[in-house]
Amino acid sequence: MACIDANGKITRSAELILLALLNPLTIEQTAVECRLPLFRVRGSIRELGKTGLVIEVNGKFHTTAKGVSALEGTPII
Amino acid sequence: MDDQTDIQRTGDAEEKPASPGIPRIGDMAPLFEAETTFGPLRLEDFRDSWLVFFSHPADFTPVCTTEFVAFAKCYNKFQEIGAELLGLSIDSIFSHIGWVRNIEDTFKLKIPFPIVADVDARVARLYGMIMPGDSTTETSRCVFVIDPAGKIRATVYYPLTTGRNVDEILRLVTALQTADKHTVATPVNWRPGEPVIVPPPRTQEAADERIREGYTCRDWYFCTKELQR
Repeated sequence: MACIDANGKITRSAELILLALLNPLTIEQTAVECRLPLFRVRGSIRELGKTGLVIEVNGKFHTTAKGVSALEGTPII
Repeated sequence: MDDQTDIQRTGDAEEKPASPGIPRIGDMAPLFEAETTFGPLRLEDFRDSWLVFFSHPADFTPVCTTEFVAFAKCYNKFQEIGAELLGLSIDSIFSHIGWVRNIEDTFKLKIPFPIVADVDARVARLYGMIMPGDSTTETSRCVFVIDPAGKIRATVYYPLTTGRNVDEILRLVTALQTADKHTVATPVNWRPGEPVIVPPPRTQEAADERIREGYTCRDWYFCTKELQR
């Protein structure tokens, strides 16, 4: 998975998105906040969602408790 | 052309239908999900942007390298017109990563767009990127310009031997955007800022009026106008 490296740690782009999503944002807002292309944010959020690090509520995405743990360095299994 | 040739050609056409699987201008671009150098991506991830989806024959080959260097150098220009780039070849993700790193080392240039690792040629076949007369194992130099709604707006095919002109691809996308925005067409060798073609009138009445509408007209069917900047 592109958002998580071989050691179970989140990648830099995933970290950037998880930090941005500590406040709920739409995909478009996340792209602006992170200065990443829309396609990249869509792909990353989908992957982060599969791992349970991000969740969607009412059209906005935010970092889950598991995502916060990942930001603090807890390996993702 | 003699009758015999005509008959032979008809026979050929019946035996080999004209590649019905190749997506054509006006078709919706076939959807896919694939592994890329930026992680798993779907075609739908590019919606709301123009997309230049292009294939190359193989990583670590010289003509392809010149093309990637040219695409990377023009990347900001594509971004300025709201277009993303997506490459593809029948190579592994590790090959792509190695090649991108090699280009960065050799040419001091990052490849800022993703490349699909289409090892099983699934996407290449979906888009008709393999030309068996050119190579059965490599993708030819194909370009699909896909609009923000996911429709194929232009296709370009070059053989293995011949590198594409990235400036022309940029010009092509700009011309398509201009045509959409202003409901006009663009003449041969058009460049942004140059006059555009006003669509010809489709009734006699409109043809009579056209000449009085203030365009620059060579004749009733051939009128141009300047676009306001």
